Amino acid sequence: MKIARVIGTVVATRKDPSHEARKILVVQPLDLSGQDAGECLLALDSVDAGAGDRVLIVQEGWSAASSAGREGSAIDTAVVGVVDQVRMA
Amino acid sequence: MFLAKVTGRVVATVKNETLDGRKLLLVRRNHDGKILVALDSVGAGFGEQVYVCRGREASFAFTPQTVPSDATIVGIVDHVDIEPDPDVDVDADIGEAGR
Repeated sequence: MKIARVIGTVVATRKDPSHEARKILVVQPLDLSGQDAGECLLALDSVDAGAGDRVLIVQEGWSAASSAGREGSAIDTAVVGVVDQVRMA
Repeated sequence: MFLAKVTGRVVATVKNETLDGRKLLLVRRNHDGKILVALDSVGAGFGEQVYVCRGREASFAFTPQTVPSDATIVGIVDHVDIEPDPDVDVDADIGEAGR
């Protein structure tokens, strides 16, 4: 899993049926200091996250699809949590 | 999944029979400009902004049929709404879809 920031949403009328009624979020992966780390990607929302939220994303297909309640569908990335805080030991 | 633009088409006469009747399109990834071949599942056309699913899940767009694809176009983008954030260089990150 990675920590990322939600920076926007994608609106698509024609899409895979498994993406209906879920937000498609543009997320920017972050490093632990909160700086951008890597390329922006699209993730299906399963926790009602919004722009500006720091979130947890999974990039493994089965986990991503099942978190959205749509096992075995065309989803490779999903938002599975909203991060409140990160504490380092 | 990632944003991309359809930039061309691939024609292959000899191919796996499960690919018959399916469109093979060239897409250019917004974030790095790399071009790859993606199978179409939504009726995308040349010049359209789309989003693409990668990996094993790409073949699930054609369920219950088993289709060999590791990159499938799973949506046609109407528009992208980006929340302005001074810390994020949107243009560099997502390309023209964000403008």
